[in-house]
Amino acid sequence: MELERIHYDNKIVKFFIFATVTFGLVGMTVGLLAAIQLFYPLFNFDLQYTSFGRIRPLHTNAIIFAFVGNAMFAGVYYSMQRLLKTRMFSDTLSWVHFWGWQSIILSAAITLPLGFTTSKEYAELEWPIDIAIAVVWVIFGWNMIGTILRRREKHMYVAIWFYIATFVTVAVLHIVNSFEMPVSLFKSYSWYAGVQDALVQWWYGHNAVAFFLTTPYLGMMYYFLPKAANRPVYSYRLSIIHFWSLIFIYIWAGPHHLLYTALPDWAQSLGVVFSIMLIAPSWGGMLNGLLTLRGAWDKVSEEPVLKFFVVAVTAYGMATLEGPLLALKNVNAIAHFTDWIIAHVHVGGLGWNGFMIFGMLYWVVPRMWNTKIYSTKLANLHFWLGTLGIIFYALPMYTAGVVQSLMWKEFNSDGFLTYQNFLETTTKIIPLYMLRAVGGALYLSGVIIMTYNLIKTAYAGKFIANEEADVAPMVKAANTDGYWHHVLESKPILFTSLALVAILIGGAIEMVPTFLIKSNIPTIASVKPYTPLEIHGRDIYIREGCVGCHSQMVRPFRSEVQRYDPKNGEYSKAGEYVYDHPFLWGSKRTGPDLHRVGRKYADSWHYRHMLAPSEVSNGSIMPSYPWLFEQTIDRSTTVPKINALRKIGVPYEAGYEYRANEDLDAQAAKIAEGLKMEGYEVLPETEIVALIAYLQRLGSDIKAEKTIEVNK
Amino acid sequence: MYKEILQSIDNIQVWPVVSFVIFFLFFLILLGWAITVDKIFIRHMSEMPLDDGTNPLKNTNPSIS
Repeated sequence: MELERIHYDNKIVKFFIFATVTFGLVGMTVGLLAAIQLFYPLFNFDLQYTSFGRIRPLHTNAIIFAFVGNAMFAGVYYSMQRLLKTRMFSDTLSWVHFWGWQSIILSAAITLPLGFTTSKEYAELEWPIDIAIAVVWVIFGWNMIGTILRRREKHMYVAIWFYIATFVTVAVLHIVNSFEMPVSLFKSYSWYAGVQDALVQWWYGHNAVAFFLTTPYLGMMYYFLPKAANRPVYSYRLSIIHFWSLIFIYIWAGPHHLLYTALPDWAQSLGVVFSIMLIAPSWGGMLNGLLTLRGAWDKVSEEPVLKFFVVAVTAYGMATLEGPLLALKNVNAIAHFTDWIIAHVHVGGLGWNGFMIFGMLYWVVPRMWNTKIYSTKLANLHFWLGTLGIIFYALPMYTAGVVQSLMWKEFNSDGFLTYQNFLETTTKIIPLYMLRAVGGALYLSGVIIMTYNLIKTAYAGKFIANEEADVAPMVKAANTDGYWHHVLESKPILFTSLALVAILIGGAIEMVPTFLIKSNIPTIASVKPYTPLEIHGRDIYIREGCVGCHSQMVRPFRSEVQRYDPKNGEYSKAGEYVYDHPFLWGSKRTGPDLHRVGRKYADSWHYRHMLAPSEVSNGSIMPSYPWLFEQTIDRSTTVPKINALRKIGVPYEAGYEYRANEDLDAQAAKIAEGLKMEGYEVLPETEIVALIAYLQRLGSDIKAEKTIEVNK
Repeated sequence: MYKEILQSIDNIQVWPVVSFVIFFLFFLILLGWAITVDKIFIRHMSEMPLDDGTNPLKNTNPSIS
């Protein structure tokens, strides 16, 4: 058969690699800063742009979308061309994709420190950027499907299936979770409220982990691991079952992020069952990866690339066993809201994603520059620094999580909480926070060494921008072998549609009842929409990222009810959140829950606390918020805010927007007057007044009146 | 509460049965296919990453060490 000469595009891969390494360094440095802020609040610099609440989303977005995202694109562009034996469909689309994605990252890096955030985790970016993400993602998918359609290999290798699933699912997740009502260019309210918003968000959050951090990397594992070991995957049959069962089951498990919350029980149970089922495909995939190295383990001790891959796949196995166990309600009761979860995600992030990326880079860069790696010794040093980094990161966090959780739950012999003061449980684990920063620094130092090694490697070689390949043209014969899956693999559009159906079934069964919940939720008559001043206060709470450290979800445990609402004994009810656009339940308690903080302290306490937390609570690690005492709220935004909220279902009566600022002024004046009587001079239009109004409102509706359940 | 939510959906009782049947059948057929599939095809597929048509003489294929 006559061979065709084609050229693989390495230049686009090079650019994505450059972005990967750059944003890896940036994202990890920001992560280290956040880690240090937690034991040394001075590093918040008393500046709004660098306070923890804004730095944390900057870190998570930089790592997920800039570091892991760019590496994903590098891996996909490299492997896809070679597996399909064709150049990418369109060089123009490749470059539009590259520069589009980098400009999204740039806008995230600017808007997040400025406080433009939706507060929904890993979906913090505001609506104009959301639209840009959707457009760039479709360009990526267009380029990918186009490439598949003009392939010279009849059947699609399993890695390609994982890439297809990544594209369709992330598109669906991103669009559904980003429904929001714009107020201004950089402010919007989530379309959904309360319980509904929580379920959509964690359906998104969970599956973003599945389809952004996992499936593309599994595709890369199925390509780069056999390449590096120079032997085919252990069982191709297993990889087929791995793929279908993983994408079928993953999508259902989102509600395990909301166990013991106000989410309906049936949804919680659904999440638990499917999480346990997930162990099977995840471990099938891990074993398939590790067993690919059977008979080649001697190579592992010599090749840093394989070392990275072995640890990555092992970390994948550990994290995917731990995840389902954390989804058991009894384990979740201890682990949720604690640093245990931080440890869990970093085993996945540092171990699985990080080490897959490093292995891939050490393998790809020498080949693309047609040379050998500059220093195997340095690569080995990176491997050990990285591995130690993961251990020094994860172990202290596991310990911190368990220690703090047990302290939260400990009762003394009189039946009172042993550690009534939340702060005691925080100060106890500060040494572990310090140790974690050491782990992070070790890991980062490894990446710096890698950067040096890769740059030296590139300088030593000569870059092959267009790599030559001689491949057989595609034979367009009819499919006569009769196996249905063969047919499927040779029909990418049908395959893509089926993958979409597979993820939509789970999504729909989980979501349909959720969209009906609003009319079915037991309404609490005393729960009223927020006042205009409280809306402004809530938006400040969102802007400052308070949700990063404070939950608003008192779970139905004796220890939590006694800690957060000893007087009334009320845990959080679904009906209390019906006007919360977005929901602010949070996922981590670095500080105490705030859902019952309303009317618990005097206004003056909040005033002093926001100005200098450690002076009010000795040893507090909360940053100070001096700018709230200088900046004033923008009254001109009240009208669009009320209008936007009304459009998405908050029952402000018609025309209220024009009277809203009068109410706002009256409420602000009252708070300022009260503060003045206690000796604190404050202008009623300052932001602190609005924030105090919101904090004092939190969870207080249910205290006001007896719960009335309508619809009974 | 979940009863009220679920009862508000028409023919809700069919949903779990339908999902179960879809799941079960799909995996049964998949499993059957994976077990019986042609060995030569499997070998061809699993060796796909190792042959990308690049010329090891022209584009030297270096080892890391």
